[in-house]
Amino acid sequence: MQAAEKAPVTAVVSDPVILRVEDVYKHFPIAGFGGLAVRAVDGVTLEIRRGEALGLVGESGCGKSTLARLITALLPVTSGKIIFEGQEITKMRGARLRRMRRKMQMIFQDPFASLDPRMTVGDIIQEPLDNYGIGSGRERQRRVQELLRLVGLNPNFTNRYPHEFSGGQRQRIGIARALAVNPSFIVCDEAVSALDVSIQAQIINLLQDLQREFNLTYLFIAHDLAVVRHLSDRIAVMYLGKVVETAGRNDIYDHPQHPYTRALLSSIPVPDPEVERARAPILLKGEIPSAVNPPSGCRFHTRCPIARVPGICSEQEPLLEPHGQRDQLAACHFAGEK
Amino acid sequence: MALAQPALEQAVDWEVAEQQIGLWQDAWHRFRGNRLAVLGAVVIVFLILVAFLSPLLVHLGIIVSPTTQQVENIEVGPGQAGHLFGTDELGRDTLSRLMFGSRISLSVGILVQGIILPIGLAIGLAAGYFGGRIDNLLMRFTDIWYAFPDLIFVLVLVSVFGPNLLSIFGAIALVGWVGLARLVRGQVLAIKEKEYIEAARSSGSPPLKLILKHLLPNALGPIIVTVVFGIPSAIFLEAVLSFLGVGIQPPTPTWGQMVFDGYEAIYANPSSVVFPALSIGFTLLAFSFVGDGLRDALDPRMKR
Amino acid sequence: MAQTLLQVEDLHTQFFTSRGVVRAVDGVNLHIDVGETLGIVGESGCGKTITALSILRLVPDPGKITSGRILFRGNDVVKMDDEEIRDFRGNDVAMIFQDPMTSLNPVTRIGSQIEEAMTAHKRFTPELAKSRVIELLTRVRVPSAEQRARDYPHQFSGGMRQRAMIAMGLSNEPSLLIADEPTTALDVTVQAQIIQLMKQLNRELGTAMMLITHNMALVASLCQRVVVMYAGRVVEEGPVEQIFKSPQHPYTWSLLRSVPRVDEARKDRLVSIKGLPPDLTNAPPGCKFHPRCPFVVDRCKVEEPPLGEVGPDQVARCWVLMRNVSEADIATAKQSSISVAAAEKLKAPAADIGGKAGS
Ligand SMILES: Nc1ncnc2c1ncn2[C@@H]1O[C@H](COP(=O)(O)OP(=O)(O)O)[C@@H](O)[C@H]1O
Ligand SMILES: Nc1ncnc2c1ncn2[C@@H]1O[C@H](COP(=O)(O)OP(=O)(O)O)[C@@H](O)[C@H]1O
Ligand code: SF4
Ligand code: SF4
Ligand SMILES: [Mg+2]
Ligand SMILES: [Mg+2]
Repeated sequence: MQAAEKAPVTAVVSDPVILRVEDVYKHFPIAGFGGLAVRAVDGVTLEIRRGEALGLVGESGCGKSTLARLITALLPVTSGKIIFEGQEITKMRGARLRRMRRKMQMIFQDPFASLDPRMTVGDIIQEPLDNYGIGSGRERQRRVQELLRLVGLNPNFTNRYPHEFSGGQRQRIGIARALAVNPSFIVCDEAVSALDVSIQAQIINLLQDLQREFNLTYLFIAHDLAVVRHLSDRIAVMYLGKVVETAGRNDIYDHPQHPYTRALLSSIPVPDPEVERARAPILLKGEIPSAVNPPSGCRFHTRCPIARVPGICSEQEPLLEPHGQRDQLAACHFAGEK
Repeated sequence: MALAQPALEQAVDWEVAEQQIGLWQDAWHRFRGNRLAVLGAVVIVFLILVAFLSPLLVHLGIIVSPTTQQVENIEVGPGQAGHLFGTDELGRDTLSRLMFGSRISLSVGILVQGIILPIGLAIGLAAGYFGGRIDNLLMRFTDIWYAFPDLIFVLVLVSVFGPNLLSIFGAIALVGWVGLARLVRGQVLAIKEKEYIEAARSSGSPPLKLILKHLLPNALGPIIVTVVFGIPSAIFLEAVLSFLGVGIQPPTPTWGQMVFDGYEAIYANPSSVVFPALSIGFTLLAFSFVGDGLRDALDPRMKR
Repeated sequence: MAQTLLQVEDLHTQFFTSRGVVRAVDGVNLHIDVGETLGIVGESGCGKTITALSILRLVPDPGKITSGRILFRGNDVVKMDDEEIRDFRGNDVAMIFQDPMTSLNPVTRIGSQIEEAMTAHKRFTPELAKSRVIELLTRVRVPSAEQRARDYPHQFSGGMRQRAMIAMGLSNEPSLLIADEPTTALDVTVQAQIIQLMKQLNRELGTAMMLITHNMALVASLCQRVVVMYAGRVVEEGPVEQIFKSPQHPYTWSLLRSVPRVDEARKDRLVSIKGLPPDLTNAPPGCKFHPRCPFVVDRCKVEEPPLGEVGPDQVARCWVLMRNVSEADIATAKQSSISVAAAEKLKAPAADIGGKAGS
């Protein structure tokens, strides 16, 4: 679309990678258990390219939200580097960090918890504008109204409180707030998961339209793989604090290399009775193990249908390496095998 | 999740007539709907008026001065010799002493909260917001403070600094701030984890703004309630102090002291105990009702 | 012809609230045959749960079944006295909910809870009851059932709790199992396990199932027949293949196209249904779906369509029907809703919205 060309070009366009996550760890110590910690993010390396939507999937508790909070610098890392537009944000603090945050916004999961109940919608959307001293008071108000119009809400609703809106409308308010300062990168942490199906479709369409219109880069986190496949260009699969596979959105479905990806994809029902009759899900044993004391070697080996245990799988940790298609990485000693 | 709401987001028009009610307005509606709370508020307003106006009434000669001793009318019963509530063992008018007593009792209640509020807020906010070592330090400090029995603490302070108004206010405030600080800290800890705080942080709000614009307003409900409930307990504590003989010294009347003085003659002249005791009781009830009403009114989950 | 197990006729359930009368279930007709799996779908708030609770006569206050019949093997549940209804709930139907934790007692061992559900209705010796509990837990594939029976609910994971609930539901060999969003709170891998389990139970025990969900894919996976509800009414009903292949009601059509499919590359925009479901105290006149329907015609706004035959065993409540809608109208229904004018204004050059961080 030609609109995309007119979009503001804020930074050096030459670097195709907007965000780089390098061997990042986040351990939450458990109080009173000297040394024990929840290894929520346990050595993640990722790249997000300018203008793409990277989908991040995995079962609940695998560390997706923690990674999102590390990337947006809402949490400090335990170790590792996060580089955004060439600058290492893991080292930033105070005003410099706040300046950086302007280019990087977040849309949250819970439309009921992510808006301050004691502030009007106008104040909520205007807050980032105030923080960054953008425009005059009058201009800010106009911008708030345009933002409301953009996300499909009545621009005269600025004096209302969040509790007067439905879930879908609140999520739109959250999106308007994220867009207020013209960010280049937006993290959506389960931004549609709490919404009813039809509302979910409204928000997904809106996110797609906005991406096209403003040339945004998304990190789109969800546990619903169908939604992720619909919205993302590339997909990363997480298991117990680690990325186990990344690939283009069609490659990952057509040629999954990691047994976990394959199981995850096969367990999703499809709204088509004929396909469903033929579908044979790979049922994983049990549930995701504790992140305090992850299994040795490949941490999927306790549930993996093709694990060689005892053997290499429980002894040696597989690295995230190229397998399968171009641009596809998987962390499995027997990648591609069934 | 929400059940179906009235269709706010209609197909054709977005302008939907949903009544526009702010949170505080909403709270006010709920408060007004609570009869006991309104009654309590009326009683409190009445008491405050009495406290302010009693010197004027003496000046106008409508009531006698609380210190005037009428030797000819010692321990008369209610309604006798022009004393509506009777007199005490020195022949002083009980009604007048009650009215003047409300000045001390109410100001103990209210001013003490005025001292507690900034201390409790500052310590609670700092501990809760910054967490880590600051929190540990402040909370150990409050724990030690808390471990001390309130009454002994007050007694010690008052006996050291003498039973004057200031030391009594100060002593009561010093035992009171701990509870508030803990409450504020708890609130802040809970609210800090809310997504809207994270959202404000990622919108670039600096710490001071986070505290003042987001944390404080959202913690305010329980804080107001605690402060309101703190008023009767301060009144009560002052009464206990007077009862133990270390409160405000005579002849300045306070309700607690009146109970104490009258207690010795409880059979001979019950009215000089009953009226101040009732005053304390009703005031406590009135503040409690208001506190309850505020708690419900400030909880947005409570529907009208 | 299959034998009818449950027949709901013109059921009305209403809530008498201070805001007015909520017509949560407004003239629902449906039936389930012996051993059949029926799906009930619709957005939240359209009356699915209340329909199920009405069948069990468990409608919470201030709700009441105001009219209609619920015939279970020919007996009207609405007219049953207290003892009969207890017997019906204990022996004939069982219900499992979205959040198993709310229906499990946190301080009683799982095994004892299943046993209680059982012995309350049948006279077993303690040993027999114990072994039956283990048998049930094994049947719902709880590993090392004998040990796990001694656990408390909090020691079970979400998926295991749901299995325990199903075991409890099956303890009296009901002929109908009602599952209200049984997997919504679970991860996909666990959801797959539970769905597999429900399929097996249906096959092995011949238990009829009523699956309430907003997830169309689950219905495709588990059900033989579908009932689509909107605003307290049935708007479409039919065999699952037909409903998915040629939905006739615009609501069904929209629901099916509002969710992406994991097995297909992105090719189309999702269909989003504008606005929200109506307030059931004050539903719109005519077709209840008309304020949100992309294919509305004038008649829809004044006159409610009846549930009419649209195919073999398929009925729909619509004046227009999807087969009469033109391609052009469908394309319009999928169009972008973003305000391009607002977007242009917001794309201020970077310098314009410059400014400094901090304040
Ligand atoms: N603040 C925290 N303190 C301790 N543990 C945490 C904290 N936040 C998350 N965790 C733990 O980290 C793990 C990953 O959580 P999360 O990132 O929320 O996963 P996801 O978003 O994938 O569901 C979980 O085991 C969770 O309990
Ligand atoms: N306890 C209640 N009081 C008043 N209205 C209720 C109550 N429970 C449900 N309703 C109303 O009944 C309607 C149907 O609810 P429900 O059957 O739970 O929907 P679903 O299960 O399809 O999401 C909703 O509009 C809801 O507002
Ligand atoms: S490394 Fe072994 S256990 Fe891990 S996923 Fe591959 S095959 Fe399975
Ligand atoms: S009757 Fe009219 S409004 Fe209702 S679904 Fe059919 S076309 Fe749409
Ligand atoms: Mg999460
Ligand atoms: Mg429901």
